[in-house]
Amino acid sequence: MIEVRELTKRYGSTLAVDHLSFDLRPGTVTGFLGANGSGKSTTMRMILGLDSPDAGQVRIGGRRFRELRWPLREVGSLLEARSFHPGRTARSHLAALAASNAIPRHRVNEVLDQVGLASAAGRRAGKFSLGMAQRLGIAAALLGDPSVLLLDEPVNGLDPAGVRWIRDLLKSLAAEGRVVFVSSHLITEMALMAERLVVIGQGRLLADTTVAEMSATAPSLEDAFLAMTEASAEYRAAQPASALTSRKEGSS
Amino acid sequence: MTALAARVPAGHYRFRHAARMEWIKLSSLRSTWWTLAIAAAGAIGIGVAVGINTRNAAGDLTNNALAGIIPSLLLMGVLGTLTVTSEYSSGMIRTTLSAAPRRPMLLAAKAAVFGAVAVTVGEAASFIAFFAGGAALRHGIPAPALTQPGVLRAVLLSGVSFGLIGLLGLGLGAIVRHSGAAIAVVVGGVYVLPTIVGSVTHKLGVFMPIDIIGNSLTTTKPEPCSAHASYCTHFLSAWAGLGLLGLYAAAALAVGGWLFAHRDA
Repeated sequence: MIEVRELTKRYGSTLAVDHLSFDLRPGTVTGFLGANGSGKSTTMRMILGLDSPDAGQVRIGGRRFRELRWPLREVGSLLEARSFHPGRTARSHLAALAASNAIPRHRVNEVLDQVGLASAAGRRAGKFSLGMAQRLGIAAALLGDPSVLLLDEPVNGLDPAGVRWIRDLLKSLAAEGRVVFVSSHLITEMALMAERLVVIGQGRLLADTTVAEMSATAPSLEDAFLAMTEASAEYRAAQPASALTSRKEGSS
Repeated sequence: MTALAARVPAGHYRFRHAARMEWIKLSSLRSTWWTLAIAAAGAIGIGVAVGINTRNAAGDLTNNALAGIIPSLLLMGVLGTLTVTSEYSSGMIRTTLSAAPRRPMLLAAKAAVFGAVAVTVGEAASFIAFFAGGAALRHGIPAPALTQPGVLRAVLLSGVSFGLIGLLGLGLGAIVRHSGAAIAVVVGGVYVLPTIVGSVTHKLGVFMPIDIIGNSLTTTKPEPCSAHASYCTHFLSAWAGLGLLGLYAAAALAVGGWLFAHRDA
């Protein structure tokens, strides 16, 4: 289980993440929804220990990310598609990662097959299309067969077949009892992929709910999301930021 | 999380795992091998050219044969810098830290692997340059031998300087993080600054990395004071020079490591 508690991050005068708390449980795909600039990526980066929170904490099975014994075997992540050196081949990239966590070398070929990059394994990753780069990132996330998967916008750049593939893959990974946390601003995709939802706006939690519950509040999930984030913006405009508490009309 | 715990093997990742990752990362880039090959070829080629043109048998023939080391070190400094900064420019740093999030250990592994590669290439280049430069001597000048006083030390320390300049670059890369800016700092700090400092005051010039390498590490005997000069430059001894250069590299790595551990990636 992942516990996010009172997570707060400030960049200069901007409060990117504001006392954000939620839990992620195994066995379901949890969607992470929010408008551009709502703090999704920053939250992901803090869960992965890339950025340090100004306040609050994240615990992954009771530990901080930096304290994980075999990070890649415990948490697989994809933050941005191009998170590799362009001069390295896909196979070398994955081989280096495998070595860092004593992951058996045969896993490299297995995940290359799994994401459909086997025939491109010897090519330098800098030449990859966005879709291929995304697949390489997913291969890296799957390499350690982790029980937690954190994916930021994984469907970016994928063709329709690729989108369906990742959706089915993530559902099956969750069904195996893993924590699967996926951010996206594609609401319709979230409706198909996720069971639970964490919705944030301007760094604060708007809803910690299920797709079914949230969809029931409006004609569609998209309408519900837009109504929720709209309300948050209006509420913010009318009140000084310090008067706000994290939970509001979101789940009502 | 019991299910998760059961799936993960005992123990935890260690320095050797991070070092293995860094070795694969370094060795799987073609640019690494090109840069190392050009650095070695430059050091050897210049040594041969100087050997061919040497007419003064009383000069420091070992130092002459190692004359190509300093230009080659520029490439080692840049390569060391890029070892860190390319992680940031490519976004690889996110992936690296998701695999090995203990940052001081990660930087230590990076430095150990790169330092070992740089010293290995440096020693090979220095010994080949020494023998090739000696063999290229004409005008009946005999080639220097490793058994002569100070010669083996000069050749060995010349190779070590590849590692130290490489690590200085790596540390500066960790401090500055941006490739272009970091390379400017390395080139400026190691090559341009000494020229300025040296022209202002020779007393400080001897503490500059280039002077340490050229006049302390790779010499077999102290530079004689020129009879015509109004001053006499006292260069550091080989061992004092080695210590100071090591201190520079260690300081850059320590500051870079501290910043790496405390800054957002």
